[in-house]
Amino acid sequence: MMLAASRPEFPLFLHVLGATVLIGAVASGAILLLASARSEDPAYLRRLGFRTLLFGALPAYIVMRIGAEWMFSKEFGDVKDDPTWIGIGYGTADIGGLVLLVALILSGIAASKSKPGLARLAGVLVALTAVAWLVAVWAMGGKPS
Amino acid sequence: MTFDHWLLALHLLSAAFLVGAMVMFTVLIVAVRRIDRPAQALALAPLMRVGGVAVIVGSLGVVIFGVWLAIALDAYHVWDGWVIVALVLWAIASETGRRADPEYAKLFTKAKELQAAGQTESSAELKALGRTQQGAMLHGIASLAVLLLLVDMIWKPGA
Repeated sequence: MMLAASRPEFPLFLHVLGATVLIGAVASGAILLLASARSEDPAYLRRLGFRTLLFGALPAYIVMRIGAEWMFSKEFGDVKDDPTWIGIGYGTADIGGLVLLVALILSGIAASKSKPGLARLAGVLVALTAVAWLVAVWAMGGKPS
Repeated sequence: MTFDHWLLALHLLSAAFLVGAMVMFTVLIVAVRRIDRPAQALALAPLMRVGGVAVIVGSLGVVIFGVWLAIALDAYHVWDGWVIVALVLWAIASETGRRADPEYAKLFTKAKELQAAGQTESSAELKALGRTQQGAMLHGIASLAVLLLLVDMIWKPGA
């Protein structure tokens, strides 16, 4: 509520929508990829996990980043020292984006070449990004100094 | 961090759990429309379980911390129009989501029965249960209500 009160609405909407869908998509991808190790139909779960990351997480990440950049340029474009919570947001978004990309490639290989180890690794990586992005959500609301 | 900041942080985290759960259920619903074997259905059970926990945590968290924020902050009141709209949308999302759940629970129950009976091949009944129009419609309404809830929270019409 406080967050929305003093900000341009549409970029904030894009950012929040993208971020929350992103967390759901990476959590889904992580569950599917990790569950594939113990499933009776592992190939099906690896394929579904990869597609969830490709068609869910990746577009959501792009929407989240567009919203973030748009808001940042409007509100903090002229500020020399960014607040801590902005640093947490950018740090988790940049590193998390890179990890998501690596996990996407690994899960794609795991799905096409039946590699259970790669699927598990991709699942662990996206699970870690989901946790990091939940910390970022906390920082966006709490604004720790 | 002030107490109000903690409330906002917990409200946002709850919103992330709620939307995250809706995304998990969407993945599940899209997936079950294309399956016809018991093993495929049962493979999706972990997603259903985690989504079920996330939706409870998220939906309770958004309303508890949201109302608490409206009481704690001088700028807003629980009787503000946009807060009442949010509560109505939350109730619609909760009820339609709750009604969608048994529609898909039937699929998992049937898959377990088929597997217990030793049937591993494709089943027309399982396929039909995965394509439930009622379940998809209820989930669609719940998702739309959550999206409108987000719009209402961001724009705060009338505030």
